[in-house]
Amino acid sequence: MLEYFFRRLLGAIPTIFIIILVSFFLIRLAPGGPFDFDKTLAPEIQANLNTKFHLDEPVYVQFGYYLKDILQGDFGPSFQYKNYTVTELIAQGFPVSVQLGLSAMALALLLGSAAGILAAYRQNSKFDYGVMTISMLGISVPNFVMAPILILIFAIVFSFLPAGGWNDGAFQNRILPIVTLALPQIAYIARISRGSMIEVLRSPFIRTAFSKGLPTFYILTRHALKPTLLPVISYMGPAIAGIITGSVVVEQIYGIPGLGRYFVQGALNRDYTLVMGVVVFYGVFIILLNLIVDLLYGWLDPQIRLQARKT
Amino acid sequence: MAEVKSLSPGKQIWIRLKANRAAVTSMGLIGLLILMVLFAPWLSPFNGEDIDYEAIAAEPSLTSGHLFGTDSLGRDLFVRTMEGSRISLAIGLVATLVSLIIGINYGAIAGYFGGRVDAVMMRIVDILYAMPFMFFVILLMVFFGRNIFLIFFAIGAINWLDIARIVRGQTLAIKQQSYVEAARIYGASHWHIIQRHIVPNLLGIVVVYITLTIPQVILVESFLSFLGLGIQEPMTSLGALVSEGANEMESYSWTLIFPAVFLSIILFCFNFIGDGLRDALDPKQVK
Repeated sequence: MLEYFFRRLLGAIPTIFIIILVSFFLIRLAPGGPFDFDKTLAPEIQANLNTKFHLDEPVYVQFGYYLKDILQGDFGPSFQYKNYTVTELIAQGFPVSVQLGLSAMALALLLGSAAGILAAYRQNSKFDYGVMTISMLGISVPNFVMAPILILIFAIVFSFLPAGGWNDGAFQNRILPIVTLALPQIAYIARISRGSMIEVLRSPFIRTAFSKGLPTFYILTRHALKPTLLPVISYMGPAIAGIITGSVVVEQIYGIPGLGRYFVQGALNRDYTLVMGVVVFYGVFIILLNLIVDLLYGWLDPQIRLQARKT
Repeated sequence: MAEVKSLSPGKQIWIRLKANRAAVTSMGLIGLLILMVLFAPWLSPFNGEDIDYEAIAAEPSLTSGHLFGTDSLGRDLFVRTMEGSRISLAIGLVATLVSLIIGINYGAIAGYFGGRVDAVMMRIVDILYAMPFMFFVILLMVFFGRNIFLIFFAIGAINWLDIARIVRGQTLAIKQQSYVEAARIYGASHWHIIQRHIVPNLLGIVVVYITLTIPQVILVESFLSFLGLGIQEPMTSLGALVSEGANEMESYSWTLIFPAVFLSIILFCFNFIGDGLRDALDPKQVK
């Protein structure tokens, strides 16, 4: 298991390296430099600035400095918010985004797998068709369409939830953003768990359990649940990426001071360092979470555990 | 032995697809939508840029001719929704084409040569899979401006991974076929074999992925436009229209509802068609 872990960790390193490399070259290719002022600087000052920021050294040396800074968690100063470093902005926004993302994930896992399992148990019933149709809707309607529509219904027409704002994380301010983030994931998880439950219910060990006369609820929870959830676990990686991408839009629409909102604002204001910092940060974050999901999967699925031991 | 009338695989797929009511309805709807998007703006007395000073932020009505009403600048929303759908569909098609060209060639080369080439090429795909691509597209938009061709290319360039994987798998099977062997014995070049014998035989499976890639691409484009990073005025797309509508919905809810419905219908239909095609190609799958 430990060996498996380290092998996966080693596999993640090239990906992280490429993310940093790509973002480094993008910022160098970007039109305009940090010292392009209206007035031209005296050559000595220009040279001093270049020396201070290592701009007079070869590209690979600069990349080395950049890599070192990033590994120490230093993404440089923000172009837009003059008094903050990018690291400070990330530290401000990230906790808010994590709270939203985790709640949405929990909601999606609970509701999605419950709906999927019930739909599979009553395959081809009205309930099943209902779940499948609604889940197709959840997949097809993008969250930047869903969010304004939810606001229109719950905040403007019926006005029992706030239309936006964070209000220091008050409960009613969280409901709409979390639901918006969770809906597409609920839909995907419902479809995945339904498909896998149908397959599990057809397998011999479930038939055996039924023929022993065990109660249905016991079979569903004790025998069928774990193998059913395996594909759901392996979907967690894409789900995390989906929720993070979704949070960019959701935080923008609901006006939540999370990392996604900083990212969009940075992108619109051409705040290069902020945008890049967030990309690198989220890139590494997603890769590490994927690693954890893989490990969880390996721990749950004995076949993978055996494979890992063999190699 | 009695001769069994055999159907070509294409016909079988078509028959199974026709049995799927949701997919057939979706195909009809998309067809209708494409006709509407192409021809409806000519039927309307307005165009998408002119301001109707008599009807600023007017409600939808039949008598005024503004079927979907107008936005807060007095532009006809029906025409703008049609133009937006046209751009969204065009981006869907062009960017999908870009991703197909990259994906098919990449996958076919990896599968055809196999061995170490295959291992390295697919390892690169694995690495790229783990990247947060939406963020990179936004980065590209930030650094290189909001050029429509860049949008086409960037979106196409991020969506080729799935296709490359599928194509590689198929190529591994196809290259064992005797006609590929025959071509090799005749002395055909690798390039010739890939282009003439392998790629044409991949097209069946690729069609499924086209229908699944188009909605993804439309979604990415609308997402960018919604954030203000995609299509710029005076051009518009469904994402940009939804974004404008979301800002005005408190007073003029129709500016949100019509583009939102169009975008959702397009995505809904393509997803149903893709699902239907996939089921039709693989009848063993759990239904």
